Amino acid sequence: MTTRHAITAGFVPLLDSALLVVACEMGFAEEQAIDLTLLRERSWASIRDRLAVRHIDVAHILGPMPIACNLGLNVPAPEMIVPMALGLGGNAVTVSSALWQAMAENGATADLDARANGVALRKVIETRAGAPLRFAVVHPYSGHNYELRYWLAASGIDPVRHIEIVVLPPPDMGDALAEGVIDGYCAGEPWNTFGVLRRGGYLATVKAAIWRSSPEKVLGVNAQWGRAHPEAMAALLVALHQASLWCARPDNHEALAALLSKQAYVGRDAELLLPALAGNLPVGGGVVHAVRDFFVPNAKAATFPWKSHALWFYTQMVRWKQIEHTVERQRIAAETYRPDIYRAALKDLGLAMPSASAKVEGALLTETPVGSSGALTLGPDGFFDGGRFDPDDLDAYIASQSSR
Amino acid sequence: MQQSRLNVLVIDENRIRVAIIEEGLRDAGYDQVTVIDNMHGLARRIADLNPDVIVIDLENPNRDMLESMFQLSRAVRRPIAMFVDQSDEASIEAAVEAGVSAYIVDGLKQERVRPILKMAISRFNAFARLNRELEETRGELEGRKIIDRAKGLIMRSRGLSEDEAYALLRKTAMNQNRKIIDIAQGLVTAASLLDPGGKE
Repeated sequence: MTTRHAITAGFVPLLDSALLVVACEMGFAEEQAIDLTLLRERSWASIRDRLAVRHIDVAHILGPMPIACNLGLNVPAPEMIVPMALGLGGNAVTVSSALWQAMAENGATADLDARANGVALRKVIETRAGAPLRFAVVHPYSGHNYELRYWLAASGIDPVRHIEIVVLPPPDMGDALAEGVIDGYCAGEPWNTFGVLRRGGYLATVKAAIWRSSPEKVLGVNAQWGRAHPEAMAALLVALHQASLWCARPDNHEALAALLSKQAYVGRDAELLLPALAGNLPVGGGVVHAVRDFFVPNAKAATFPWKSHALWFYTQMVRWKQIEHTVERQRIAAETYRPDIYRAALKDLGLAMPSASAKVEGALLTETPVGSSGALTLGPDGFFDGGRFDPDDLDAYIASQSSR
Repeated sequence: MQQSRLNVLVIDENRIRVAIIEEGLRDAGYDQVTVIDNMHGLARRIADLNPDVIVIDLENPNRDMLESMFQLSRAVRRPIAMFVDQSDEASIEAAVEAGVSAYIVDGLKQERVRPILKMAISRFNAFARLNRELEETRGELEGRKIIDRAKGLIMRSRGLSEDEAYALLRKTAMNQNRKIIDIAQGLVTAASLLDPGGKE
């Protein structure tokens, strides 16, 4: 007789909650004898609080947030581990119609090119009078905040002095944009597609263009729970892996969009969810642009919790003065992500798995087969400015970014 | 009284609940209480109010925005921290359980603000209880209306008095081991099927 596992998982209504929703709804959790209960939350603060008091055992969570919890930046801070990622990419930068017109006059094009459109934004800012442009992100400890700042900084815009960055709930961003409260935002889906199709916004660029195949949401696990329930955690990882395979199949995209559109999950029209799944994004003015690797749920080791991802997030916390760098904090950040648990949980599935736990980010210019336990290709994973992050040379990376 | 000098802000989109909290705080001697039930321009209003303590419902989607504001010294004049100190797990749990969260400016003594959290937790719990009772009462009222309509149908078709009609409903329910409301509902439904144009 198999032991059954009861697991309660928190999620925020976003496209990349897909793996958890599919694990629950398409029978993958049941196959692993898991009674999976999903709890929908309206803020990341609420996810953190419920993890802290053990209302939930695990959660769909922003990649940097478990690190921030372990560093004591985000209280009440439950001790967290990240044994799995929930896909790569999925975000975009949406701007108001007025800002887009100004950017277009300065050479921005609808192809979402991070370099050209970043330069166009810089030119707009240079010639602009009055209050600085205001952009919204979803959370201070988010991939959104860091990739927006990375894009701006590498385009010659100082995200601290030349622009104002605020935090807003994603469902309010489209309205704030239309009302002129903000000029742009970096969010996950469906909120960019919503902003473009329903609030007259324009896509300036996408996460996949700023940093291809980059980390986003992860499975955050209350470390106490994980230690007490290693078998349940391993079973959940298997269920989520099966769910990631299901989500990756193009012939499931319509069913997935319909499933996520239910009120219990994202609760928005399927037509707002399909573009991101198919990688055909409405960019504004009726134009649709195909984006390779916009959201990657399974391929390219998309669920592997790379320590180099954790460490890149950490370097950005240092860069934007959320924390001061010490060797001890670097260790805490790296140890939050647990590829060892991932490997152990999925080893019997005969998967192609990376043999390393960290990689040089931004080193792969093309899709590259890698030495591992099976056929696996990674990349391309380039930063748009040609930047490289070598986790073994973290101090140099931090130094190079602080001198800019 | 010392506590009356604390500037307390309560943020909650639920107008009834926010009023209950405000009343509780005023009764306890906090006379500088501001409530916000409309989230428009929230960040600016908080910066203007410069509160010592902020009480907010846990489900409020603006909490991430609030917490980010507190991190930026230029967004609020004084640094603000999460209410309960982390060692006080029981209080954190009680607050999350009740659905409330709170923040205070750094440096305020826990003892000075703990009564505010206690008050908020108990009022949030009382509100939830009230809501459950309201739901039940609403259900009961709805049931009474259906029974009245069923009695009316019986009185008209069988020429019985109101008491006799009710006795018949009760007897039928007992004989069939069902609730009176179920028998009444069945009768009302059947009557509307037989006479769709009729008033009852």
